[in-house]
Amino acid sequence: MIRDITLGQYYQTDSVVHRLDPRTKLIATFAYLVSLFLGTNLYVYALAFIFLAVAVRSSRVPVKFIVRGMKAIAILMLVTVVINMFVIKGEPILTIGKLTVTREGVRTAAYMALRLTFLIMGSSIMTLTTTPNQLTDALESILKPLKIFKFPVHEISMMMSIALRFIPILIEETDKIMKAQLARGADFESGNVIKKAKSLVPVLVPLFISAFRRANDLALAMEARCYRGGEGRSKMKPLHYAKRDAAVYLYVCAYLVLIYVAGHDIPKFW
Amino acid sequence: MKLDVSTKEIVQIRKETVLVMGIIRASKLAFEYIRRDEEGNVEGITRAVDDVDLDVQQGEFIAILGHNGSGKSTLAKHLNAILYPTEGTVLIDGKDTTEEKYLWDIRQTAGMVFQNPDNQIIGQIVEEDVGFGPENLGVPTKEIWERVEESLKAVGMYEYRKYSPNKLSGGQKQRVSIASVIAMHPKCIILDEPTAMLDPSGRKEVIRAVRALNNVEKMTVILITHYMEEVIHADKVLVMDQGKVVMQGTPREIFSNVERLRELRLDVPQITLLAHELKKAGMPLSSGILTREELVRELEHILPKKAQ
Repeated sequence: MIRDITLGQYYQTDSVVHRLDPRTKLIATFAYLVSLFLGTNLYVYALAFIFLAVAVRSSRVPVKFIVRGMKAIAILMLVTVVINMFVIKGEPILTIGKLTVTREGVRTAAYMALRLTFLIMGSSIMTLTTTPNQLTDALESILKPLKIFKFPVHEISMMMSIALRFIPILIEETDKIMKAQLARGADFESGNVIKKAKSLVPVLVPLFISAFRRANDLALAMEARCYRGGEGRSKMKPLHYAKRDAAVYLYVCAYLVLIYVAGHDIPKFW
Repeated sequence: MKLDVSTKEIVQIRKETVLVMGIIRASKLAFEYIRRDEEGNVEGITRAVDDVDLDVQQGEFIAILGHNGSGKSTLAKHLNAILYPTEGTVLIDGKDTTEEKYLWDIRQTAGMVFQNPDNQIIGQIVEEDVGFGPENLGVPTKEIWERVEESLKAVGMYEYRKYSPNKLSGGQKQRVSIASVIAMHPKCIILDEPTAMLDPSGRKEVIRAVRALNNVEKMTVILITHYMEEVIHADKVLVMDQGKVVMQGTPREIFSNVERLRELRLDVPQITLLAHELKKAGMPLSSGILTREELVRELEHILPKKAQ
């Protein structure tokens, strides 16, 4: 059960979005997230919705799969909405005891909820259609210019992909150690939060020791296979831009321009 | 004139020695671990490898046996330039392991497979792990794919190329590790107890893959193990104890000396042990029987006579 946890929640299917270069997806997602903060009026949100709908449609990921990811932030969203409704001052429309709901509050809350939904859905489209590996490759490639400032780009992406590789192994190991400690009479269930946290110490200590041992072994194995950093390394799966990536970049640019215009100019003409 | 001929002869002899010289040569190899207490004071010195000579020819299958702490893994780590000798020299393909300029050449020539299958797989997909070595060597993309395909086929793991390593069994993971090493096109492959963490069927899988490499690809294999059953197919067996090579010879020669092996706290294959006990009880069997077929054949030879 504990082994079923997958990071990134990749959804395996074949679609245009899946086939896009991961760099394109990463940059487009980033642009989309930024665009959500460029303006707060109905037009901006309508545009953002259309952009998202097009992306979801062409990714061929079932909508319910994406919505499932929203559950995790449902409580956060509820709290934000409620606080916004009551805190923001303006024209009162409803009074419950000492609390007043204002027109402005409702509007801000609604926008906030929409913005959060778009943020999460937008980024999950990327993680659902890109494997963690492709993501680290893309990140390495995009951050490459930072090498001038001695920023260890290759090392960081290597660390990320090794971490991803070892997450399931360490989860399994945690499971094993917990069972071993349970067999020795450890109690992880009873008591308050502090007691529960303390009871995890006998799990964490062996886990850390084992992780260090694994790291040592892995370093040896990597060196034995001639790993000597990013210099002079070739790529088994190099990233290639295709025509569809250019099309997506154009599309994203057009979208950004529209958002900018919608956020600034249109209301004046009205 | 006469001088001329002799110079030619010398050149000839030199060429021959180069040809004859094995892929791995260790002479008077010794390695010391310095044990320190918590303050860093020297508590004592352990000589993990002591005065070992080794000469391995291209294409040979060498097995190194020994119980825990006999120094066999330390010896293996010298062959891949992970450890450097305290005394003596190790030459891999004629290159001294202590010379830094040869370091990567040596690691490419003598590939190494380690004990723990989980801790040596770097890629998140089987094929990516096999490609890791060639990537480090700067092999062009197209050739990496060719190498990945050929090495996965050599160990019979090609159909698993898209799998996550976490979904494979121990034996399959070790076969992937072997493929990852052979994708670097080494001349020799060193396996440091590759089966120690596997179940019996996984052990058989791995040994079968190793033997195929040796037979089909003519790869030089050095197998370090403490399972006796795994060494009966080797060309030569070395037995280590307390850092020294105490016995060496063909598996038959080694296993005909059951008493000595027991002194060294090593198990003898069950069949060999049975034959040995039968012989001790008075049966006229030859010594060093390794397989069940051999024993059956010899017994068939003897038993009818006794029945008559």
